[in-house]
Amino acid sequence: MKSSTEIVMLLAGLLFVLGVAGVIIRKNIIFMLLSVEVMLNASGLAFVAAGSRWAQPDGQVMFIFILAMAAAEVSIGLALILQIYHQHKSLDIDKLKEMKG
Amino acid sequence: MNNLLWLVPVLPFAGFLILALAGKHISRVWVAIIGAGSVSLSAILVLIIGISFLSHPPATGYYSQTLWTWMQVADFNPNITLFLDALSLVFIFVITFIGALIHIYSAGFMASDKDYSRFFACMNLFVFSMLLLVLADNLLLLYLGWEGVGLCSYLLIGFWYENPVNGYAARKAFIITRIGDTAMAIGLFVIFYQFGTLAIPDILTKAPVLWQQGASIATITALLLLAGGVGKSAQLPLQTWLPDAMAGPSPVSALIHAATMVTAGVYLIARMHIIFQLSPIAQMIVAVIGAATLFIAGFSALTQYDIKRVLAYSTISQIGYMFLALGVGAWAAAIFHFMIHAFFKALLFLAAGAVIEALHHEHNMFKMGGLKNKLPVIFWTFLIGSASLAALPLISAGFYSKDQILWYAWASEGGNPLLWFIALLGAFITAIYTTRMMVLVFWGEAKTEIGHHPGKLMTVPLIVLAFFSLFAGFIELPHNFGHFTLFSDLLHQVLPETVLKAGMNNELQFQLLALLSTFGGIYVAYVFYYKQPQRIEKLKQSRFVMNLYLFWFSGWGFDKLYNTLIVRPIVFIANVNKNDVVDKLYQGVTFVTVSLYQSLSFTQSGSLRWYIMGLVIGAIIILSMQIML
Amino acid sequence: MILIYVIGILMGGGLLALLLGQWNRNLPRWIALCTVSVGFIAFVFFWINQYRTVNPHLTNTWIIDYRHDWIPSFGISFHLAIDGLSLLLLVLTFFLGVLAVLCSWNDVKERVGFYYFNLLWILAGISGVFMAMDLFLFYFFWEVMLIPMYFLIGIWGSENRVYAAYKFFIFTQASGLLMLLAIIGLYFIHGQNTGLYTFNYFELLGTVIPPHIAFWLMLGFMIAFVVKLPIVPFHTWLPDAHSEAPTAGSLILAGLLLKTGAYGILRFVLPLFPEAAHDLAPWAMLFGVIGIIYGAILAYSQTDLKRLVAYTSVSHMGFVILGIFAFNELALQGVVMQLVTHAISTGALFIMAGMLKERLHTRNINHMGGLWTQMPQMGAIGMLFAMASLGLPGLGNFIAEFLILLGAFKANVLLTIIATIGLVFSAIYSLRIVQKVFLGPSERSDHVSDFSFREIIVMASLTLSIVWLGLYPQPVINTVKPMINKLAHVFTPENKNVQNSYHTTPLSTHKYLVKK
Repeated sequence: MKSSTEIVMLLAGLLFVLGVAGVIIRKNIIFMLLSVEVMLNASGLAFVAAGSRWAQPDGQVMFIFILAMAAAEVSIGLALILQIYHQHKSLDIDKLKEMKG
Repeated sequence: MNNLLWLVPVLPFAGFLILALAGKHISRVWVAIIGAGSVSLSAILVLIIGISFLSHPPATGYYSQTLWTWMQVADFNPNITLFLDALSLVFIFVITFIGALIHIYSAGFMASDKDYSRFFACMNLFVFSMLLLVLADNLLLLYLGWEGVGLCSYLLIGFWYENPVNGYAARKAFIITRIGDTAMAIGLFVIFYQFGTLAIPDILTKAPVLWQQGASIATITALLLLAGGVGKSAQLPLQTWLPDAMAGPSPVSALIHAATMVTAGVYLIARMHIIFQLSPIAQMIVAVIGAATLFIAGFSALTQYDIKRVLAYSTISQIGYMFLALGVGAWAAAIFHFMIHAFFKALLFLAAGAVIEALHHEHNMFKMGGLKNKLPVIFWTFLIGSASLAALPLISAGFYSKDQILWYAWASEGGNPLLWFIALLGAFITAIYTTRMMVLVFWGEAKTEIGHHPGKLMTVPLIVLAFFSLFAGFIELPHNFGHFTLFSDLLHQVLPETVLKAGMNNELQFQLLALLSTFGGIYVAYVFYYKQPQRIEKLKQSRFVMNLYLFWFSGWGFDKLYNTLIVRPIVFIANVNKNDVVDKLYQGVTFVTVSLYQSLSFTQSGSLRWYIMGLVIGAIIILSMQIML
Repeated sequence: MILIYVIGILMGGGLLALLLGQWNRNLPRWIALCTVSVGFIAFVFFWINQYRTVNPHLTNTWIIDYRHDWIPSFGISFHLAIDGLSLLLLVLTFFLGVLAVLCSWNDVKERVGFYYFNLLWILAGISGVFMAMDLFLFYFFWEVMLIPMYFLIGIWGSENRVYAAYKFFIFTQASGLLMLLAIIGLYFIHGQNTGLYTFNYFELLGTVIPPHIAFWLMLGFMIAFVVKLPIVPFHTWLPDAHSEAPTAGSLILAGLLLKTGAYGILRFVLPLFPEAAHDLAPWAMLFGVIGIIYGAILAYSQTDLKRLVAYTSVSHMGFVILGIFAFNELALQGVVMQLVTHAISTGALFIMAGMLKERLHTRNINHMGGLWTQMPQMGAIGMLFAMASLGLPGLGNFIAEFLILLGAFKANVLLTIIATIGLVFSAIYSLRIVQKVFLGPSERSDHVSDFSFREIIVMASLTLSIVWLGLYPQPVINTVKPMINKLAHVFTPENKNVQNSYHTTPLSTHKYLVKK
């Protein structure tokens, strides 16, 4: 039981690092958004695992929060991406460095 | 009649106002009538007032008329009050009378000038200020007149303003006299806190009561007032402005820089004589300054080639005589010399102006010559003026006034042989340069053709002045020669009598020595400039003589000295600091802020990955720190 | 009530000008002219009336007192009151206000409505500063005059206007915040002492403050005021602001805004912190003297006419601080005279610089010269004001400077002598102005016109005032006499109990209140 929590936590950590790496490496904003989703889910997974470890409902409550927030974020994020694409005809993050200094 | 006193200064002021406000719309004839008429009316009024003053002298010895209270703050309440006593009577007589003659002369002299009304406006304003100066009842009002004449002097020296040289001379005159005025202002502060008033009669009555003979406060006050006088009267060490002031039109030089304004210092010292009497040191300094100035200026006059500069240096030198007289306590003699000097120096300047104008604005004496027969009126009047300047014995007025000073320079209580000797040497030099000027201008061959002859408007004032230069001396004759003391009797109502040393009764020998020095000077100049001019050429071969000549010519190098010591450093500092070094401090603050913002904004690259890297690295650092610690 | 009306008229006139400026370009200036003229006439009549009827030896120095609660929970009230000093400065405000409107008559061509709005609101702010007897209200008006001035410089200024506007704003705002801190500090100390939390000036006057705190509070006020005045080393905003501002802006800056600093010191610093001010006096006088000499030397080297005149202001304001901290009646009367005469003489020089700029399109005096030939009238008037600026007797500035120096001589002989030497420097720079602008050979062949009728009116009124003040300054002296006497009395050496002697509240049932 103890070891399975650790394994799940490790998985969550791995997923989170993957997400971070995705955000850093990817050029396309959509993929960056996907990576952010991966990070969110990784933290959700960690909450669920921790909740089951301590036999508390808080972990699942937090996961539902994260779920709701992720949904909102995705919708707003996609809308923004759509607008950015309309404005700049590009989704390359390196070409969109407008807020400089 | 005395209650019309206020009209004396107000008439010229009214003339000034009319000419300044409406000068453009008045025809030239009327400009001259208003300009010269206002001063002439004033002169007539002075005659009437003078007669009534002399025939019914007021019991107190003076008459004063309060016009209004200037201001009243705490216990400081100077009035606009006119004050007439024997001393100011002499001064207003000279100012209005000579002023009127010079105005009449100017109507002819300036006839072709485009700024006719501006000229008369300034001249009227000058007469007004000068009258206010000598009629002032308190030192603050005197200061108003004092600065007012400075302003008019500035305006008139720079009258032909297109030429920057004139502007420079005008500013130099104003600023150098201002230095003296500033010291004088400090003197006023001292006087106010000592006596609680600036009213002259009060000061003069309180001073001997409150101050002891020789008190240091008396010396300080006297020296501060003296500084004012030295500035205005172009004495050492503030004499450098007067020769340059000759940039103005000749009537200006005659009125301001010879006859009246430059003697304001003499007036001030005579007016405050009680303070000077309380401080023997200060009086000694007055005498020494006078002697040194007359000596230095005399040598400079000897070397000039510009006729007006010769006269300018001779003015400095003659005022030196007046200072010397004041310093040795010969008060009445100083004022007597002031009056006689005003006549003959105004005459000389006006005649020189006529010569210059006749010769197409030629100032150089070496390019004149042979005018004796061509301009007879000018020649004779100039000759009379020169005789008076050189103090030609018995016949000229200058002799009677200068002889008195020479005698008192030794014989009076404050006098000593050294002062007398310098004064005698000065008289000798005066005779040389006067004769030199006469010879160069009127004898010899003509070098420049005459343009036009001076009209009646110009010659009549010359003749009147020549008359006074000859005969005005007879109102005051030496003790051993008629002993006629009309003038000094009048002045002794105000000024103390000169105290002689014990056992001085050989006046005749002094007169003979003075006579000898005058004739000696005339003879020397006659030899060098008329009989054997080649001797001058010979002298010029010598390097030493040439250097000495240049040194004297430059006025003993004072200009250069002041330029290097004072003017250039200040101008240098001002120019270096043009952009205000204090502002650099604030620019420094701005610079630090801006560079901070720039270095921080470098991190805001706009690249999203950069930010995320920052986040991750930050998280890692915090986590690892938590684990480690 | 006249006080409220006046501020109301100015602010209302400003709004009206702003609104109607959208419709018609000529209307705003007429509205502005009417507004300030009404205020000017009202105050002149009030002054004459007051001068004739009120005995200058009244124990109560206050002429009008108006008070209405504003935010009672914090002890803030809308409290306006004037005494002789305020009245005099208000008359000056409206006099220069009329001239400011007149001299920007043809000058301003864009956003006319907003321009006059700003102008009138600055005047309203300045009037408020001169009237406010509630420290919070005072601070409020202090800021009200700041912001429109910022716009005035920033929008209608010349080339480098944005920099100048920022600099002006940051200097005065930062120093103003220090004053706000000091005001709040004073508020709490008074509240803790008495249990009465109030910003009322008359209540705060008697506050007993521990000396070391009093010094810092005083410094807070002092910095705000000396930056405004300005005193070396806080003067550097002034040349930039002056030279870049439009003519009317320079006129108001030099004539009125600087005066609020001196007014603040006279009204607040000296009565509120007499002992601290007394300790500061030698330093303040020293900085005053440094300002006199330093400003004069800087003025000499400038080539920009407006900058030159700005530095002469620094020099003249040095006399003000020297006089204030001499603490005697002569010097304080001189200070008041200096405030009035400097406003007139420097204002005139700025107006003239504006006229020259309008005609020649330059402010560089090296590009001028010989203008007397073409405009003798302006030359003569310029000469007169240059003479006023160098303190020629017979003109107002002489009275001011002489009284200041005479008073200061009693307090500190050495510094006064150095300050007097400043008179020589003032002669040097003033004559340089005249020489460079009007005299010398004429540089230009094109026609330059002399004064127009409107300009003659402006300059003639200034000329008459400066001559009047020089020959008969008594009305000014009498008007401020009660206030100055009381102030000087606080600092007389035998009067040890300085804290409470200034403390008198105005009679609320004054006849002017009853009448209105």
